[in-house]
Amino acid sequence: MTIIEETTSTTATSTTATATDTAALSPGGNPMGFGRMLRKEDVRFVRGKGNYIDDVKRPGMLHGAILRSPYAHARIVSIDTSAAEAHPKVRAVITGATLEGLKLAWMPTMSYDTQAVLATDKVRFQGQEVAFVVADDRYSAKDALELIVVDYEPLEVVMDARKALDPGAPVIRDDKEGKTDNHIFDWESGSKEATDAAFASAEVVVAQAMLYPRSHPAPMETCGMVAEMNPVSGKLTLWSNTQAPHAHRTVYALVAGLPEHKIQVICPDIGGGFGNKVPIYPGYVCSIVGSIVTGKPVKWIEDRSENLMSTGFARDYHMKGEIAATRDGKIVGLRVDVLADHGAFNATAQPTNYPAGFFHIFTGSYDYGAAHCKVTGVYSNKAPGGVAYACSFRITEAVYLVERIVDCLAAELKMDPAELRMKNLLRPEQFPYTTPTGWEYDSGDYPRALQMALDIAGYAELRKEQAEKRARGELMGIGLSFFTEGVGAGPRKHMDILGLGMADGCELRVHPTGKAQLRLSVQSQGQGHETTFAQIVAQEVGIPPEDVEVINGDTDNTPFGLGTYGSRSTPVSGAAAAVVARRVRDKARIIAAVALECSPDDLEWNRDRWSVKGDPSQGKTIQEIAMLSHSSLELPDGVEGHLDAQAVYNPPNLTYPFGAYICVVDVDAGTGQVKVRRFIAVDDCGPRINPMIVEGQVHGGLVDGIGMALMEVIAFDDAGNCLGGSFMDYLLPTTMEVPSFELGETVTPSPHHPLGCKGVGESATVGSPPAVVNAVMDAIGVRHADMPLTPAQVWRAMQGRPLRTDLAIE
Amino acid sequence: MQINVNLNGTEQSHDVEPRLLLVHYIRDVAGETGTHWGCDTSNCGACVVWLDDVPVKSCTVLAVMADKHRVTTIEGLAVGGVLDPVQQGFMECHGLQCGFCTPGMMMTARWLLDHNPNPSELEIREALSGQLCRCTGYHNIVKSVQWAAAHPATVGAST
Ligand code: FES
Ligand code: FES
Repeated sequence: MTIIEETTSTTATSTTATATDTAALSPGGNPMGFGRMLRKEDVRFVRGKGNYIDDVKRPGMLHGAILRSPYAHARIVSIDTSAAEAHPKVRAVITGATLEGLKLAWMPTMSYDTQAVLATDKVRFQGQEVAFVVADDRYSAKDALELIVVDYEPLEVVMDARKALDPGAPVIRDDKEGKTDNHIFDWESGSKEATDAAFASAEVVVAQAMLYPRSHPAPMETCGMVAEMNPVSGKLTLWSNTQAPHAHRTVYALVAGLPEHKIQVICPDIGGGFGNKVPIYPGYVCSIVGSIVTGKPVKWIEDRSENLMSTGFARDYHMKGEIAATRDGKIVGLRVDVLADHGAFNATAQPTNYPAGFFHIFTGSYDYGAAHCKVTGVYSNKAPGGVAYACSFRITEAVYLVERIVDCLAAELKMDPAELRMKNLLRPEQFPYTTPTGWEYDSGDYPRALQMALDIAGYAELRKEQAEKRARGELMGIGLSFFTEGVGAGPRKHMDILGLGMADGCELRVHPTGKAQLRLSVQSQGQGHETTFAQIVAQEVGIPPEDVEVINGDTDNTPFGLGTYGSRSTPVSGAAAAVVARRVRDKARIIAAVALECSPDDLEWNRDRWSVKGDPSQGKTIQEIAMLSHSSLELPDGVEGHLDAQAVYNPPNLTYPFGAYICVVDVDAGTGQVKVRRFIAVDDCGPRINPMIVEGQVHGGLVDGIGMALMEVIAFDDAGNCLGGSFMDYLLPTTMEVPSFELGETVTPSPHHPLGCKGVGESATVGSPPAVVNAVMDAIGVRHADMPLTPAQVWRAMQGRPLRTDLAIE
Repeated sequence: MQINVNLNGTEQSHDVEPRLLLVHYIRDVAGETGTHWGCDTSNCGACVVWLDDVPVKSCTVLAVMADKHRVTTIEGLAVGGVLDPVQQGFMECHGLQCGFCTPGMMMTARWLLDHNPNPSELEIREALSGQLCRCTGYHNIVKSVQWAAAHPATVGAST
C-alpha cells in the first residue's frame, strides 16, 4: 500500500490522548483500532455499484412529479387537472383538495409550526408544491404537469426580512388563526444588564452590521423517495435518502396516523446531505399518498431547481454586532441583535428549546464576562428551512459574527488580528469553561492551535510580503479565524426534536466465529461510517475491522436514534459504539474466567484477549470467547450465553472541537476577482479514529466555506423570483477556485466522551468563511462587505459602495 | 426509434423516444446505474461517460445520438475484474466520500491520463473543472489522479 504524502501535516498530541498503536495490523492489513484505514464502502463506489435513491427500482413502480408555484405569494383561484388526468400514462393527480380529504394538506414542521404539503389557499414562496402527478414514467409525469391549469391571483410579497415586521406588511401566514403579522419568535440569551454595564464603561466600542446570506447545501444527489404501500399487509416501505431515518419514521406515524411498526424506512447510499436531507418535505408525503392511491410503488426524485428553490436552505441571518474592549485590546463584552428570516414556514430542524439553534455560542473562543444576544424570527415569501449546510445548529452564523467583529476591532485598535486573538483566547487552565451564555466548553488548548497555524503559515513572512506588495499597489490579504464548535447534540434533558430526546441506540452482536455486526441509528451520507465504526469496535474489543459489518439506515434492523447531522455521529453514536464494545469486553472477561478456571479479577485485557495476569500464555482471544459463549460451557448464575450488547448513549454535554484557520488571498485591483492562494487549517477534534477520513471532512468543509464566502447565495428579486435556482446561478466552487490545503492537528481529548473524540464534520464549514472574508477585507482595506464576495461585490466595496447581497436591489 | 449502442463492450438494441437523454438511457433502459445525474443545466458532471473515446456529459446527449457508437461508463472501467489505476487511486487517497460525483470524475481522469500520463496539478484541476464535488474539496481527488499517474501499471487490484 502506497501512501501519498500530504501537503503538510503537523501534529501535537496531549499526553492524555487515547492510545493509538498503528504498528499492530489486523490479518487484513488494517489497523487494529484507530489509524489510517482505506474505506470499506469504496469497494462498491469505485465500481459504480453504489445504490442511491434513484437506483432503487421496484416491480410496477410509477413516477411522481411536482407542480410548483411560479409566484412567491398568490391566492389560488382554481386548479384544473382534467387534461392531466386524461393523459394516457397518468395514474393519479393529487392536489391540496385531495389531501384535505385525507387531513394531510398540512403537516407539522420540526419547529412546531405547520407547512403546506400541497397548497390549498395560497402559495407562499416561489417553488411551493401545488400538485403531484403520478405517471408510468418520469417523462410522462413531467409532461402532465404542463397540462395542469392553475389560476393565481398574485399578492404583495415580503422579500426583505427587514420589512417583514413593518405595520401594513402583507400577512403571509393568514392560515394561522388570529395571525396579524409576520413575527415568529423572540429569543434572548446572556445578561442584558451585565452587558450594558460592560459597554457603558468600555474604552472602545465597535459596531458592525453584517448579513450571513441565504445559501443552500446542494448535495450532488437531490432528495427523493420510493414509497411502497403493500395493500394486503398494510406495511409501508420507504426508500428515502434521509439523514434521520428513525425520526422520519416516527413523524410519518404521527402525521399520517399510520402504525409505526408497519413503517420501514430504508436509506440507500446517500449522495451527500449537509443538513439538506434532515427535514420532511412535501414530496415525501406526496409519494406516500401516491402509493396509497395507486396501490403501486411511487418514485419521486427532485430536479436540481426543485432542490435549490424549495428544500432546506441555510443561514439568512441579519446580524448587528457590537464589541467592547479596552484600548489595549482586552475584550470586555459582546452583544448581538439578529433578524432571522425563516421563510414561509418555520421548518428549521433543531432542538426544541433553541429556536435560534446554538447561536448563543457567539461569544466564541475568548475570555470575557458579558454577552447578550436577541434573536427575532420572521416569516417571508421564501422557501422554508434555516438549519442546514453543515451549520452546527447556527454555530456557523455565531462564529462568523464574532470572528468578523474581532477583526473590525483589530482594525479600530490598529492591532494585528493574530495578536488581538492571542491576547483574548481562553487559556488551557480555564477549562472546563462556562461561557457568559451558559455553555460549558469541555476542553481546549487554544493558544497552541493558533500558534501552530501561524507557524505553518509563516505569518511574519506573509505580513512582510504583504507590505512589499502593497508598496507596489498589489492587493494581498491574510485572514484569520478561530472557532469553537459545539457538537454531539445532545443531553436529552435539554435537547429533543419534536419531543424525541437526542440519545442514540447501538447494538453489537458477536457471532460464534468471532465476526461481528454493529447496528447504528445514525446514517452515513459519505462520512465513512462503515469503516470508522468498525475501527471503534476493533479498538475496544480487538475484532479486526474487516470482521465487523456496520449496519445503518434501516429502521427495521437498527436501534432508534436521531440521525446524522450537527456532527453528532462520532460524539453520540461513536460513544454508544464504544459503550457496547466495552460491555461485550466485560462479558467476555467472565466467560474467559470460567473457561480458564480463574476469577475475572485475575485477568487482564490485552488488545484482543483476556489473559491471566503475569502469565500471558494462559488466555482466550475474543474469537475463542465468542465460540465459548455459544458453547455448552456452564456460565455463572445471571450470566446469559452469547456475546451481544446494546446501549443507549445519552451525552452528558456537547463536545467542543476547535481550530485556527488562516487564509491568504490575492485580489485583482482592476476586477475585484479574489484568488485563494493558501489555506491553513489546524483542527482539534480530539483523537482521530481514522485520520484520513477526518482530513477529508476538513477539506470538504473548507471548500464549502470558500464557496459561501466568495460565490454561493440564494438571492431574490423584488417580485419574489429566486435568483439561485440552478447551478448556472447558484455557483459552487470547482477545482479552479480552491487551492490544495495545508492542515495541522492538535489533540485535546474530550473528558466526557468514552473515546475522547469530539466530532469534526462541520468544523471547517463553520470556521472557514470568516477567514476568507477577513483576508479579502485585509487585502482591500475595507471594514466590511457582505458575502458572497463576488468580483462585483469586491469592486463595489473598494468604491465604498458594497452591495446588499440578499436582494437584487441597490 | 430503434438504436444500437455498444455499452461497455456489449451490443444493446432498444426502441427509445427521440427525446430520451443518454443518461436516462444508460440508467433506466440499459440498467447500468453507476452513471449519475445531478443537475438540469450541464454543470455538475456526475453524468460523464465516454462516447466512443471522448468524455461527454450524458445529460446533454440524446440517446439516439449514441446509435452505432460505443459508450463506456464506470462499469466498463475495470478490465477483467482488475481495477483501473484511477479506481485504485481514488481508494488509496480517499478521493471520494459519498461517491456520487466519483464515476464521472474517474471517467474524465482516465481520459486525461490516456492523453497526458504525467499531468501537473493545474492540468488535473483544469481537466476536472467542469465537474462538481460537494464532499471532498477536490484536494484528495487531485491526489488520487496523481497516484494513478504514478502507478500506471498497477495490476492485481481486484480486491
Ligand atoms: S447531470 Fe449535471 S452535468 Fe450532467
Ligand atoms: S464525493 Fe460526494 S460529491 Fe464528490
